[in-house]
Amino acid sequence: MILLSLLLVPLIGGLLCWGLQRTDVGYARHIALGTMAVVLALSVGLWLTGDYSQTLLPSAQASGHWVQQFSVPWIPRLGIRFSLGLDGLSLLLVALTGLLGMLAVACSWREIESNAGFFYMNVLWNLAGVIGVFLATDLFVFFLFWEVMLVPMFFLIALWGHDIPGGRPRLYAAIKFFIFTQSAGLVMLVAILALVFVHYHTSGVLTFGYGELLATPLESGTAWWIMLGFCLAFAVKLPVVPFHSWLPDAHSQAPTAGSVILAGLLLKTAAYGFLRYVLPLFPVAAAQLAPIAMGLGVLGIVYGAICAFGQNDTKRLVAYTSISHMGFILLGVFAGNELALQGVIMQILAHGISAAGLFILCGELQERLETRDLRKMGGLWGRFATLPQFGLFFILASLGLPGLGNFLGEFLILLGTFKAHPLMAMAGTVGLVLSAVYSLVLMQRTFYGKASSTQAIADLDRREFAILGTLAAVMIWLGLYPRPFFVVSRAPMQALERLYAPEANRPEASSTVRVDP
Amino acid sequence: MTQLPLLALSPLLIISATCIIVMLSIAIRRRHARVASLSMAGLALALLATAAVWHTTAMSQTVSTLLIIDRFGAFYMALILIAALATTGLSYTYLHRYQGRREELYLLLLLATLGGMVMVASRHFASFFVGFELLSMPMYGMAAYLTKEHRSLEAGLKYLVLSAVASAFIVFGMALVYAQSGTLVFGEIGARLAALSGTDHIVILGGALLVTGLGFKLSLAPFHLWTPDVYQGAPAPVVAFLATASKVAVFALLLRYVVETQATHSPALIDALSMLAILSIIAGNVLALQQSNLKRLLAYSAIAHFGYMLVALISAGPLATEAVGVYLLTYSVTTLAAFGVITLVSSPLDHEAQAIADYRGLFWQRPGLAATLTLALLSLAGVPLTAGFLGKFYVLGAGVDSRQWLLIGAVIIGSAVGLYFYLRAMIQLYLSPTPATAVLGQTPAASVAVPAVAGGGMLIALLLLMLALGLYPSPFVRLAQGTAIGPQPTTAGP
Repeated sequence: MILLSLLLVPLIGGLLCWGLQRTDVGYARHIALGTMAVVLALSVGLWLTGDYSQTLLPSAQASGHWVQQFSVPWIPRLGIRFSLGLDGLSLLLVALTGLLGMLAVACSWREIESNAGFFYMNVLWNLAGVIGVFLATDLFVFFLFWEVMLVPMFFLIALWGHDIPGGRPRLYAAIKFFIFTQSAGLVMLVAILALVFVHYHTSGVLTFGYGELLATPLESGTAWWIMLGFCLAFAVKLPVVPFHSWLPDAHSQAPTAGSVILAGLLLKTAAYGFLRYVLPLFPVAAAQLAPIAMGLGVLGIVYGAICAFGQNDTKRLVAYTSISHMGFILLGVFAGNELALQGVIMQILAHGISAAGLFILCGELQERLETRDLRKMGGLWGRFATLPQFGLFFILASLGLPGLGNFLGEFLILLGTFKAHPLMAMAGTVGLVLSAVYSLVLMQRTFYGKASSTQAIADLDRREFAILGTLAAVMIWLGLYPRPFFVVSRAPMQALERLYAPEANRPEASSTVRVDP
Repeated sequence: MTQLPLLALSPLLIISATCIIVMLSIAIRRRHARVASLSMAGLALALLATAAVWHTTAMSQTVSTLLIIDRFGAFYMALILIAALATTGLSYTYLHRYQGRREELYLLLLLATLGGMVMVASRHFASFFVGFELLSMPMYGMAAYLTKEHRSLEAGLKYLVLSAVASAFIVFGMALVYAQSGTLVFGEIGARLAALSGTDHIVILGGALLVTGLGFKLSLAPFHLWTPDVYQGAPAPVVAFLATASKVAVFALLLRYVVETQATHSPALIDALSMLAILSIIAGNVLALQQSNLKRLLAYSAIAHFGYMLVALISAGPLATEAVGVYLLTYSVTTLAAFGVITLVSSPLDHEAQAIADYRGLFWQRPGLAATLTLALLSLAGVPLTAGFLGKFYVLGAGVDSRQWLLIGAVIIGSAVGLYFYLRAMIQLYLSPTPATAVLGQTPAASVAVPAVAGGGMLIALLLLMLALGLYPSPFVRLAQGTAIGPQPTTAGP
């Protein structure tokens, strides 16, 4: 039931916000904030009370089961159940959703003037969709949430986005985002259906249940094609480099809250999809795909970094850095050993935090300077009291400063990858250098250099300070004491390694380095 | 034995009786409200009767050689009746302020409904053709109903000419098939033709002519040219009927014909239908991209949707009939809702709200209507949790099950293209209104009460149905599952 409430709370909160729009927008804001606080509290409660040494995938000790689950029949004729399940992996992502959701609401407190109630409804429904993706354990339900979260995001970009002068209209960005992700989603739907029918023809049971489908025996050719269907949807959403072109457009035109959710959560649904579906359902085929996927990962790391370097628009720049960071995730996922997978988890969390911080900073700069053009910035350090320090912090986090979360994530991914594919790891390391370059360039062009004026600009107010302070605190926590996170995600990641690693080309040195606490 | 056929035929009989009563009532005294409520009562009664038929017909029941009343027929009759009911309610609101003769529209509507019901129950070329004509003839009058409007007349005339051509094709096709098979009963045609040795070019030609004629009615590409013009010109509630009930009847008949004659075994027919499906999906979606008129946009969207439905039909697996049933249901409800919104925003007095730009900012003035239209557009686009997704899901399921990868590819590409124009139209509802469109958003101050309730009530019912189909489709799926028709044993005469 608690899983269902994780979904219902934002849905109902969203309706309330919409309803309150006509009476008082202030209430709507507080309700939106309160709603996400409840989600965060629920997930923290689950974290503290649950035992996360289990996941559905069988582990060395026992046949697995979900830590929490909820299941009711929905369309019995087609074997569809509305079933949700939770393990350590989903818990961490739901908690991240709660946290970033609160901050997304808070950061648009003053940015959104028109129709704020409807705006918050879209934010909350989008977040409900994201939570649904993380919890669904029926492939039909998963697909449903996967697609449903797009509609509110479409509205967020199309209605409250920015039209950049000289650029494409925001509607263009919104539609591009929607078409890219939805049509790739349809391919995944076909793949899901194919998997379900294969399962039906071999076992005689028509079901979309994740647990049942895990056991589907697949011929290698069939598995390959079905897996490609899944991979396409996730690759577009992650995004993997040839499919990435929607991301910079969507980011540069989305409102701040939209960017925070997009970078912090929506991209992570794809990473989750790789971990939850591609590797467990098709371990053999995934191992065959690994060299290509890791190659694309490296390509993304380098390409994203180089493109970021060339941008003049702050949000586009950060968007390209996301592409680069997501490359590491792809690399880690297909390296497939526990070290790399734990790194992927850390990278998901850390990038969620750091990207959210950077996008919020971009939004605040834009509110104050009314431009995002780097050519019109420079020398801002002296004109603010505290904003540039936060800027420096998140930029350093993003470039992978040791002691902060991103460093840990990327380092573990590279270590894990080195064991599986040393060459790929070496190529990926180039990304670390490049990220230092674009990060420092971003810092230089905004905050240092010659100031166009010496007039002071309004500094962060208490609300903004609290938002950025929270993000910074979580980031430091991730970097310095990551154990609680690793403990929670260990069982699912170990199970994944067991399933995938025999296929992956893994030297036996694997047990020398462990992320064991 | 005399009792049962009466029950089985009761939906048809009730509508026939209603036609006569409505006609007499008009002859005695013209009363808009009375005629509308009589028609509605008749339709509702017939709907109840179909429910009774559904529950009592455990097995299909053949009534003479012409008609067969089974669950398949009952399901599609109910669908046609629902469409007719919704159209009646919407027409009442639409015509309320119309100055000309208002009552005959309901009579025409009832006649067309009867025609459609005959079609979905026919198992014989004769009843097929009678139903077909009975469905078509009143539609000419309905499309041209606003006789003072140039565009409405044009729509009626266009529809007349093309329908007549389609009828000619169909009759000729029937003649050719009959010439070779020597029978007019669907169930026997398949068996007799199978007995013929080798490929018979005359039969293929006959089949092609039949498909062409039906293709006109279903506005499949390349026989779709009339569709946008008629959609644009005809009154909005009439288009709602034309787009749903009339096409449902034709498609259901096509399905029954294909299944009973086992035409899916004929590779030539399958190839032809596949071609039509792909062409329709591409033409419908691509041509819709350029539209700035909502009614024309929906016309092209309908072309594409019948392409998707053909994919289910072609797949012919165990899922096919069920998929078609679900798709026609979700499509009809959605389309009716979309035209319902157009009807309620429009009025025949001034211009109909047709341009997409007219709808700009509707959400901020009439959120209910705008939310309904949003849901309808998302549903047509096939976004999950809406009714339309269920249909698309079934089509893809049927396609995957029978490995029609080419057709599935067409569906996916078509859907991706389609998203663009649905979203573009949808977002208009949410932009801030311009002064010109602000007028539209206001409900006409006078005459709000009763007439708006008729149309509005229908729209709310459709909205609820649409939500139910999206969120809890299980009961509807079960209904569609019940419509399965196996190839009928040829001995099942009375």
